[in-house]
Formats: sequence, C-alpha cells, structure tokens
Amino acid sequence: MLIYILKRLLSLGLSLVAASVVIFLAIEVMPGDAAQIMLGINASPDAVEALRQELGLNLSIYARYLSWVGGLLSGDFGVSYTYRVPVTEMIGDRVWLSFPMAIYALVLSTLIAFPIGIIAAAKRGSWADWLVMGGTQLGVAIPNFWFAMLAVQLLAIKYHWFSAGGFPGWENPFLAIRALTLPAFVLALPQASILARVMRSSLLDTLSEDFMRTARAKGNTRRQALVKHALRNAMIPVLTILGLQFSFLLAGAIIVEKIFFLPGIGSLIFTAISQRDLIVVESVVMLLVFAVILVTFVVDITYAVVDPRLRRKAR
Amino acid sequence: MKTILTGVSALALTASMAFAQSTITIGDQLEPPYLDPTAGAAGAIDNVVYANIYEGLTRFASDGSIIPGLAASWDISDDGLTYTFHLHDGVKFHDGSDMTASDVVWSLNRARAEDSTNAQKGLFAGIADVSAPDDTTVVVTLDAPNGGFLFNMAWGDAVILNEGDDIEALKTHPNGTGAFMFENWVQGDSITITRNDNYWGTPAKLEGATFKYISDPTAAFAAMMAGDVDAFPVFPAPENLPQFDADPRFNVIIGSTEGETILSTNNAMPPLDNPKVREAVSHAIDRNAIIDGAMFGYGTPIGSHFAPHHPAYIDLTGESAYDPDLARSLLAEAGFPDGFTTTLKLPPPAYARRGGEIIAAQLRAVGIETEVTNLEWADWLEQVFHGGDYGFTIVSHTEPMDFGIYANPDYYFHYDSPEYQALMEKLTAETDPAVRTELMQDAQRMLAADDVNGFLFELAKTGVANAKVMGLWENAPTQATDLTAVYWAE
Repeated sequence: MLIYILKRLLSLGLSLVAASVVIFLAIEVMPGDAAQIMLGINASPDAVEALRQELGLNLSIYARYLSWVGGLLSGDFGVSYTYRVPVTEMIGDRVWLSFPMAIYALVLSTLIAFPIGIIAAAKRGSWADWLVMGGTQLGVAIPNFWFAMLAVQLLAIKYHWFSAGGFPGWENPFLAIRALTLPAFVLALPQASILARVMRSSLLDTLSEDFMRTARAKGNTRRQALVKHALRNAMIPVLTILGLQFSFLLAGAIIVEKIFFLPGIGSLIFTAISQRDLIVVESVVMLLVFAVILVTFVVDITYAVVDPRLRRKAR
Repeated sequence: MKTILTGVSALALTASMAFAQSTITIGDQLEPPYLDPTAGAAGAIDNVVYANIYEGLTRFASDGSIIPGLAASWDISDDGLTYTFHLHDGVKFHDGSDMTASDVVWSLNRARAEDSTNAQKGLFAGIADVSAPDDTTVVVTLDAPNGGFLFNMAWGDAVILNEGDDIEALKTHPNGTGAFMFENWVQGDSITITRNDNYWGTPAKLEGATFKYISDPTAAFAAMMAGDVDAFPVFPAPENLPQFDADPRFNVIIGSTEGETILSTNNAMPPLDNPKVREAVSHAIDRNAIIDGAMFGYGTPIGSHFAPHHPAYIDLTGESAYDPDLARSLLAEAGFPDGFTTTLKLPPPAYARRGGEIIAAQLRAVGIETEVTNLEWADWLEQVFHGGDYGFTIVSHTEPMDFGIYANPDYYFHYDSPEYQALMEKLTAETDPAVRTELMQDAQRMLAADDVNGFLFELAKTGVANAKVMGLWENAPTQATDLTAVYWAE
C-alpha cells in the first residue's frame, strides 16, 4: 500500500512539472504586450517602456519561468500585471464563488439524476423510461448558454424571481445562494442528464448479473434487491463520472459566469487572457491543473482503499 | 418553494425600493484594472473616478467646455508662458488632510517625471517649472505658449493627488477631493462610492452609487430589463435601443463622444501610399450605409478627424462623397484598373466587426479586394499598431482633440507630412482663440485633402437609464460618468 501511494505521489509530482512547462510555453507564445494594452494607443512610447521595465516584461523567458516556478513553490503566485495585486488574493475572492457554485450544481445534478436514473432502470421500457431517456437527450443537447439566456428572460425579466446576474457576496448567505441558484441550475442540467443516463445503464448492467437472481431467490422483493444489492454495485461508474464533473464545473463555467456576470474563476481567466495578464492566466491554470491532479490522486487512493482487488494488482 | 422564493424577492424588492431614491446602480462593460487615473489609459478608470472621486485644476463640463475645478480662477501672463492658478480654500482630501498648492506641484511634477508611467505624458510635456508661492497659489511656467494647456489640465490623467500618499495603495483605495468617496470594490463585480459630506463644493444629491460590471451585451440587456441596473451610460448593444425607447420605464440618451471612427489606412504600404488610391477609397465608402448597417443609425458622418460638436468643426464630408464610378476611374488613373488586394484587420468592437463587413463589400464593388481578419486587441496592437502589418483597420479614436497624432510619422497611419507637422507646431504655440480655430480648420482640410484615412463617423454615445434618473451626462467630452448632479425624480 505504501509503495502504491509513493508511486502515485511520484507521478503526481512529474505531472505537475510537465504541466508547468506546457502551460508556461503555451501562454508565453501568445502575441500581445500587457504594458501597451494598459496604456492604450495614444500612450507615449517611453511611458510604455517604463511600465514594461516596472512589470519585469523585459526579462528573458528563462528568467521569467524560473521566477514564476520559484514563486509557486513558496506559495507566491506573482502579482497581476493589470490589477497590480497578488494573484493569490484575486484567486482567493473568486474561489469563494466558483467552489460553492460547483458544489451547488453538483448537488442539484445528483438530486435530479439519481431518482430519475433509478426509475428509468427499474421501469425499463415503460413510458417513464422513455420520458427520462428523451428528456436527458434534450438536456445534453441544449447548449447551456442558450438555456441560461432563456432562464434569465423568463425568471428574471418576466417574473423577477431572481436577479439577472451578479453576486452580492457572502455577507448575506441567503442572497448569495439565491444569486447562485439560476447559474447552478443551468450548469447542473446537462450534468444531470449525463449522470442519469450513466446511472440507468449501469443499473441495468447490474440488474442482469447472476447475483441479482440469487438476491431475488433469497426472498428479496424487486425493490429490496434493487436498493440493497444493485444500487451499491452500480455506483462505481456513477461516482467516477461525478468526480470528473466536479473538475469540469470548477473550471468550465466560463460561459455561464459571463452570462450571469459572476466574478468567478472562469471570468477571471477570460479577462486575464484578453488583457494579456499572463501571470494570472498561468497561475490560475496551474492551480486548476493542481486541483484536478490532486482529485485524481485522492480518487486513485480511495479506489485502492475501497476495492482490495486494486490494491493487490498495484503490488 | 415557489412561495418562499416569491416572498423573498418581494422582501428584496421593497428593500431596494426604500433605497431607490438615494443611491444608483450604474452598469459598465469594462472593469477598471485599478483606480489611479494617472497610471493607465483605461477609460474604465475615468468612468468611475473622474469628477466623482478625483478632480484636477480644471475640468470638463458635459458640453465639452473647460470650467474651473480645484482652481477657482487663473491668470495668464501676456506672453502666454506663465499660468497662475488660485486654488479653492478649505479643500480636503477624503482622508482628512488639506489639499494645498504643494499637492498640485507634487502631482504635476510626478506626471512629467522621467520615469513617469502616465499614459498621457504628452499633456505635461511643455511644462518648464511648477511652484507654490503660498498654500493657495500655483504658478506653472511653460517652455512655449500652449493654447491647449487649460484643456490638458482637465484630463483625468492630470488630477491632483495627495502629496506623499502611497501610490500602490491608491490603486485600490483612491484618495481624492471629489464629491464622492471610495467605499468598496468587489473585484470582478462592482465598485461602490458614497457621498463625501465634507465636500468643498456643491454636495452630490445621491447618497451613493454602485458601478456594476457586465461585459456581455445580452447580459447587459437582461440586467437593465430586470431592474438590476438603473443606468447604462454606454450601452453595448445598439440593436436593443428601440426596445428601450418604446418602454416608458426607460430613457434612451443619445449624445456625442470624442470617438472619430475611421478606416485607418497604412499610408506606407503600397499601393495605399499613392494619394490617388486613397482618394479612390474615400469615394468608395458610403458612410450612411455603414452608420445604418453597423450602428443602427446612431452616429454622425465626418469628413476629417474632428468632432462635429466642436465649434471649430467644418463639414468636409462633401470632399469624399460616395461615388463608386469616380472611385473606379481614380483607381484606373492610379494604374490599378483591375483593382488590387490588401488586408482589413478588425479589432473586437461591434463598430469594427460590423462596419468591416460593409466596407469590405463597398470596396469590392470598386475592385478592391480585402482579406478580412478578426483580431483581439492584444493581437491588433502587436500586428497593426506596432508591426505596421496591415492595409486597413477600423478604430474609434476616443481621446478628445487627438488630431495631433497625425503629426507623428511613426504613428500607425505612417502619415508623414512636413506641412501638417509644421501646422501642429504653430497651433500649439498659438493662444489667440480666433487664430487657433483657423489653424484647426486648416488641419481638418489638410487631412481630408490627403485622404489620410477613410473618415467614417463620430461614434454616438448611446445610453439607457431608468426614466426617473435625472442629470446624467448626455455627451461624453471625455470618458466619465459624472454623478455629482444626478438625482431621482419623484
């Protein structure tokens, strides 16, 4: 077990180093000059040059890479070119929106997907199954920016149940949650559709297993067998998808954040890219990579803890 | 669930109505990177702080005229070299310290220093010396007479800061003398300001204001319609304006800006270096079709690089009237009977992307083929502005009275005319208003005659506001959202 963990840790470290090189190179080749963008097209060339000097943009690419990685190792993510505040501070504020929103969406998606996925599997071929299959097909197909705009039109402009966007901050948790409800729901819908379909097919696979017949033979009712035996075994692929979805929700909400003008991680990356605030882009992307690698690492370890077969294989 | 939600929103609604009479929420597309107008060109900075938080010696009024700011009055010596400013008494910065002549000396010296990163350093270029004989008097000596000096001092880049303030701290916590004080900034979302009750001048009517940042035009429309935002002084989607206009809850405010929108032409790139070819281009363009098609009718045609609402403006659109047949024959005369191919590189704003398609079609009609490329601003700066790798591009030049850029042969138009450069030198040295007007008109004629660029239209300021919001600026003589006179009608 210890060797297994050490091996995973080594691969985690190597992935991070590789990621840092790729991210840095990919982002540094983008054309554009942060200093000129900040000062505009009527700025005098020597003011632009002075600013470039001040921001350290004149250093060589190696020097910039080393200072960036060195900073990351000591927990210093650098200072934003455009905003002139530490990147850690900027991320700190945004994470408090993106992280709760991702969790919220995940909870919503689970709450929707589990029951309908189970019903569809249990009543395979019935009208309920058809409804779920058709509905989730639609849920996957509808682009979420379009659905978001539709939701705003109806629920914010017509009925005023929600505001059209924006985030009031966590001073009043009730208002904060209300502001996140619509975006979280929009994010959750396609995820829930995928999850429900995975749930259904995984459950159907399990239902045809031999041990299910045994369970029925022991005298369990259909419902008991489903809940006690089938569900537990069907959960593994569902949980894997759930894990993947969380990483996606954390980083992939850019468009939804734009539509609801929410100050989250996604919109931070978006603005930073257009302003060529490269240090912010690099650090945030690195952080997200780190989060995803870490989640994968934790999942790997959990698999081994939960499933003894994996543990043995790893040795 | 539904009843709970409606209950909550009803509560929130009454709460916001109770405050509605004294605060306002302003929508804007771009969030400022920081709040020091002396350290960056971002118009978004001035949209928050100009006139509200920071003030200069002079300031712009909404009609574009220059009125006294922190300086109550001034005397100009007969040779035009010495300006003596008499400051208002008892002006205090928001942190409570007194604003004195030494703060003015410090601010101006900082802006013109060697290592200054002031984006408009040129505004201070002619200053030889700044001194403070006493606490309320500032004497500025110039190298040469400069008729635009008081105008220069009105810019957001020339506001007065508190001597000795930590410049880095000012980026997030501005400390000015204005009628509003900075309160809070939720980065990525909004900036809040409150009324300064110790203001030296006429106090603001509003108790406070929130600037909310919504970059997406569709989201901006939704926010206005849902009542989340009370006013959007520069509304990003002109196509939605008729809908607001028809709705009694809203006022559509159309004014002028300082944005000369032009088909910038690379005067150094063959065949565009040929004046005949540029003349042909000018006649190939139908300005009204562009204004109607790209700007939904909002915009004023211009025939040179000059704002139509300025007193010295002359209408030169007739010099380059739409005449495709003339354009074709001019091209033939220049040696291109079958036309030619060049590039048209478009930055992100809607005027450029939409206008670009129309212009490409109009040019094609006379035989000029354009390869259209859409660029982000960062790429645009790299390729077009610095690299000079372009034939045409479309940009709105939004700085007020910025025709001086044509005197710089290295500027991205690459227009190198010794006559124009001499004319600009003469204009700077001239202080007699009547002669200045004449010189500015000569400049307009010269730019039109040389067909330096395709002069398209003056960008309109298209704003939307709640019908009860009064006192917003109609025009935009500089980038600003002056809230000092704004109030809610009963």
